[in-house]
Amino acid sequence: MRRILLACLLAWALPATAAETPKRGGTLTYMIPADAPPSFDGHREVTFATVHSVAPFYSVLIRINPMNPSSPDDFVCDLCTEMPKPIDAGKTWTFKIRDGVKWHDGTPLTAADVAASWNSIVYPAPGVLSARASIYSMIDTITAPDASTVVFKLKFATEAFLPALADAYAFVYKAETLAKDPHWYEKNILGSGPFKFTTYELGQSISGVRNPDYYLKGLPYLDGFVGIYAPKESTRVEAIRGNRAALEFRGLPPSAEQQLRKGAEDKIAVQTSDWNCVNNMTINHKRKPFDDVRVRRALALAIDQWKGAPALAKVTNIKTVGGIVFPGSPLAATKEELQKIAGFWPDIEKSRTEARRLLKEAGAENLSFELVVRNVDQPYKYTANWVIDEWSKIGVKVNQKVVPTGPWFEAMRGGTFDVVSESACQSLVNPILDVQKFLPTNVSPQNYNQYEDPKQVELYEKLLHETDPAKVRADMRAFEDYTLDTAAHTLILVWWYRIVPYQSYVKGWKISPSHFLNQDLGAVWLDQ
Amino acid sequence: MSATVIDDAPLPQRSFWQSTLRFCKRQPLGTFGLILVIIMAVTGFTAEWIAPYNPTANDFAAMTEPPSFAHLLGTDQFGRDLMSRIIYGARTALIVGLSSAVVGGFSGLVIGVASAYFGGLTDLIIQRVSDIVMAFPLIIMALAVVSIFGPGVHNVILAITIPLIPRCSRVVRSSALTIRSMPYVDAARACGFGHTRIILRHMVPNVVAPFLIMVTSFVGQAILAEASLSYLGLGVQEPVPAWGLMLQGGAEEYASTAPWIAIFPGVAIMLAVLGINLFGDALRDALDPKLRER
Repeated sequence: MRRILLACLLAWALPATAAETPKRGGTLTYMIPADAPPSFDGHREVTFATVHSVAPFYSVLIRINPMNPSSPDDFVCDLCTEMPKPIDAGKTWTFKIRDGVKWHDGTPLTAADVAASWNSIVYPAPGVLSARASIYSMIDTITAPDASTVVFKLKFATEAFLPALADAYAFVYKAETLAKDPHWYEKNILGSGPFKFTTYELGQSISGVRNPDYYLKGLPYLDGFVGIYAPKESTRVEAIRGNRAALEFRGLPPSAEQQLRKGAEDKIAVQTSDWNCVNNMTINHKRKPFDDVRVRRALALAIDQWKGAPALAKVTNIKTVGGIVFPGSPLAATKEELQKIAGFWPDIEKSRTEARRLLKEAGAENLSFELVVRNVDQPYKYTANWVIDEWSKIGVKVNQKVVPTGPWFEAMRGGTFDVVSESACQSLVNPILDVQKFLPTNVSPQNYNQYEDPKQVELYEKLLHETDPAKVRADMRAFEDYTLDTAAHTLILVWWYRIVPYQSYVKGWKISPSHFLNQDLGAVWLDQ
Repeated sequence: MSATVIDDAPLPQRSFWQSTLRFCKRQPLGTFGLILVIIMAVTGFTAEWIAPYNPTANDFAAMTEPPSFAHLLGTDQFGRDLMSRIIYGARTALIVGLSSAVVGGFSGLVIGVASAYFGGLTDLIIQRVSDIVMAFPLIIMALAVVSIFGPGVHNVILAITIPLIPRCSRVVRSSALTIRSMPYVDAARACGFGHTRIILRHMVPNVVAPFLIMVTSFVGQAILAEASLSYLGLGVQEPVPAWGLMLQGGAEEYASTAPWIAIFPGVAIMLAVLGINLFGDALRDALDPKLRER
């Protein structure tokens, strides 16, 4: 009887085990929904086009657990040997670096490389852009006292430190190369990650092969990968439907999911998640009349988010009305709190009347400007069309200029725009760090609104140093009200929803609220 | 003795309407083309009055609706009425098509006649420059120009006009070369008339027939080029209604679930270009003395 029971148990368990036992080999082909990355340098860039292109080539110090990427605090070591416990009242963190890690050129990776990379991120050399430098304001020094130890000393203890350290863009670069030319990684690739770089064809594809010397033994499972650039959604959907590519990691709209699953329910699997990305309209404060808060406020007041969001959710990958904080987070504004902020008023007619009054008062009744839009359908072009129509309802005329990813970033960084349809996409859900994107341009290089505002920085500093959860929440409300309403520095639109349909033979990849996370492909395998 | 009577009475002149009627009888396909062109022109220029909806207004209650009485050609992914967008799109197509064809055609006319008239080094330089420009297909040249100057209606007109100039000048030059050696041109020169007068009064009127045929075909080419550029995202920008633009984005995304978003703008482009080409062919037959009496 016992044997029969055991046999039954085995019969039930074995197929599942066999199905989930990773298989080695094969090449994963995936689509990258962009024309090309603006550069290969993760420290510099803020776009998935860079991460989806080069993350498989690089290692990081720590990362979110690839098997549990939706968690905001399940961190695991990548280059370190174990997650450290802080000393000095949470102000000193010592990481031990793995032995035997090699760069793809065969030279050994040491703690000095890790320290140099992090110093380059936190304290970039003059003329070098580090897009997320501002989120590391808690870091004082980063040193490598020996070849296997890296020490981070903080100015103040904060729970925001580890999530910041697990940033998906914080690739470890070779110290020697960084010292010779800090811009080298913008156009070249040399990492220590699971895959070695093989080819890159501008606007076409990027590929890599398995790194046989990878320090996580047994990984990666894949022989290699090919990422194909295709900004047009229809191209990507057709590629997945025809199995010329297995998936795209960023996310597709509901219509594409339906299209892919139609008649292929057994072949197409889908993972979904709320997305730590929000659309925002970046307004150039240096250009008139946008230096006038009344004009910026009027632009916010014209948009009916409560009506637009549910409708757009049917055709795009945006879904949830929210403020500056990821909806669902304990720090996010409630609906009642949100409806007091300009751009979220429940009575849209009252809102638009106020918008017209403000424009008239500011002498900008016949406002006309150019909106720069990224040449990516979802959701940039959709959002742009929506807001242009909304703005027309208060008499504002907008010319849309659709540009590829590179010129889009150039316009934002160079300040050569009136208004840009942008997005604020973050890695881990960590609102205190995530809202740094909206700090003044002189504090946050990721903020392209081109302004300085000491009061906003003061509100943020108060928030950052607060440890009482109730007070943190109150401080966040004050920061949000000031940023979106009082100063109307930027316009927050609708939060995204991530839908990733993929060929069901792709295994070992889990969705997270960020399309930046979990992209090194080390644990991905093909069940073929 | 018999007397020879010479009838030197002038041939009867036909009125405009008589000529038009004669054209319609002799060129039924051309007439069909002309009707399509007229419908397109009337539609485009009266869009404000005949379009049932605002072509740029989103209507979230009517997203991707199939053709119905409320929306005869259905709606797109923003709930915008496709019929209204096609009606307004006719205006965009006409503005771009006519402007490019007329400006490109007239520039080519002047350059072509001047090239033939002056000959020598002037002709050599103009023709070699034309060779260079004509080495690029129209759409490639237009793409290059838009890449330099950026998208938008005005830049699209410029982008399409530039490659049309040498195409027109080449055809006009070949006709003008024959005319240059005519005795009346020599006579005009002998009378001491200036170059401008000889070109404009004695040469240009005699190359009008091939010129008109060229310009007509240019309108169709320009409409197609505008649609192609807009489809590629380099032409007219959203939310301006333009047929090519209507074929990208939602039209591709909803090709299987809401095919009307792609079908109707495609049909509009096809009918417009077909109409212009049929009319252009008929015009050539009507104006070409060798084909006229067939």
